[in-house]
Amino acid sequence: MKKLALISVPITVALLAYTSYLALIVAPTEQTMGDVQRIFYYHVPSGWVAGLCFFINFVASALYLWKRSPASDALAAASAEVGVVFCAVLLITGPLWARPVWGIWWTWDARLTTTLVLWLIYVSYLVLRRFAAGGQTQVLAAAFAIFGFADVPIVYMSIRWFRTQHPSPVMGGGENSGLAPAMLHVFLINLVAFTVLGILFVWLRYQLQMQEQALESAHAQLALKGVSR
Amino acid sequence: MSTLGVTGASLVKDLRMEWRSKDAINSMLFFSLLVVVIFSFAFNPTAEESRRIAGGLIWVAFLFAAVVALNQTWARELRNQVLDAYRVSPAPPNALFLAKTVGNFLFVVVLEILMAPLFVVFYELRSVGPVWQLLVVALLGTWALVVNGTFFAGLSIRTRNREIMLPLLLFPITIPALLAMVDATTSVLTGEASPDFWIKLLAVYDIVFTALCLLLFESVLNAE
Repeated sequence: MKKLALISVPITVALLAYTSYLALIVAPTEQTMGDVQRIFYYHVPSGWVAGLCFFINFVASALYLWKRSPASDALAAASAEVGVVFCAVLLITGPLWARPVWGIWWTWDARLTTTLVLWLIYVSYLVLRRFAAGGQTQVLAAAFAIFGFADVPIVYMSIRWFRTQHPSPVMGGGENSGLAPAMLHVFLINLVAFTVLGILFVWLRYQLQMQEQALESAHAQLALKGVSR
Repeated sequence: MSTLGVTGASLVKDLRMEWRSKDAINSMLFFSLLVVVIFSFAFNPTAEESRRIAGGLIWVAFLFAAVVALNQTWARELRNQVLDAYRVSPAPPNALFLAKTVGNFLFVVVLEILMAPLFVVFYELRSVGPVWQLLVVALLGTWALVVNGTFFAGLSIRTRNREIMLPLLLFPITIPALLAMVDATTSVLTGEASPDFWIKLLAVYDIVFTALCLLLFESVLNAE
């Protein structure tokens, strides 16, 4: 476990350094937006990793309610925390990009608002985990995670009823959509690097959570021994 | 005893306790009255403006007031270990949940009936669109608030600082329902748009979350 971490951390750091070089120097400058557009290589992959983490959180929570294995609870906790961090990165890089391009920091359009609500829901989840008492934490958190995940499509539908300012997905759209090949190449490598980073974070946090659980049950055992003596 | 029998018995017990103490309804009434007065100081609207913002004011006031009552829902079951007794009894957990939800629904509906005239008087409201649509929005919206609220009150009763935990859990999940209620109410009051989409959204929200609550309540009740 420790060995694997010692190997995977430097590899991820090197990968990120390489993709940053690609995104900031190698990738061509966008015609209308200029250099600001380079934030795209961080903004979109962060969103993808956040979405991935929240999905893992949902699956792990459902699995916990079904099988009650401590490992799936640890995975749910780890993925929610990492998801909130990447979602925060998404919410911070968004306005930084919007200000020079749209002329405003923030607009209450469908995707921005949905992302903000998503972030709020998972912050609530983390608060619940912190404040729930003792052994009930896992079940309560898992139940809330299911609610949160079910809420997201409804939030999106409800807010889409308002005008949307955020550009529709660039890839896979109509005739005029699509990235220049040089940009797509950089973007995809960035996507891979961020996914690796996200998975590494979740994995490390998961190991930590498992150790915390082991420590807690060891303390409980010790306390029980003290009582019986 | 059947599920319906347990639900009925539990509901009647809650209603009787409320009828004798009037704890929930009094605190909700006074709380929403305060919200109405404070909002009117804060915004000082004209009749035209107030029609535009009334949807928001009404539902935010009811949401805050409902939280006051919801926080008390399970607290009285903790005294004398009633909840523990319920857990070891063979009664179906969902019956208890349904009874609590219907009880809270009735309390909030009574609150809305009592508060509606006050809103009309204080904000000089006059609906341009058909009033029956407001009734549909109110019923669906109240159920949306109450079904999740009762469930999350059941969650937060198990946490430290439970009073503050309920709004922290409830508000983010309620955002789409609140948006639907506010926008539907505003579109009926101003008569500028059709509330159909919002009514459908509220119906979907109600169905999805009622199903989830019934699915998950047993796990939450028996959480160790």
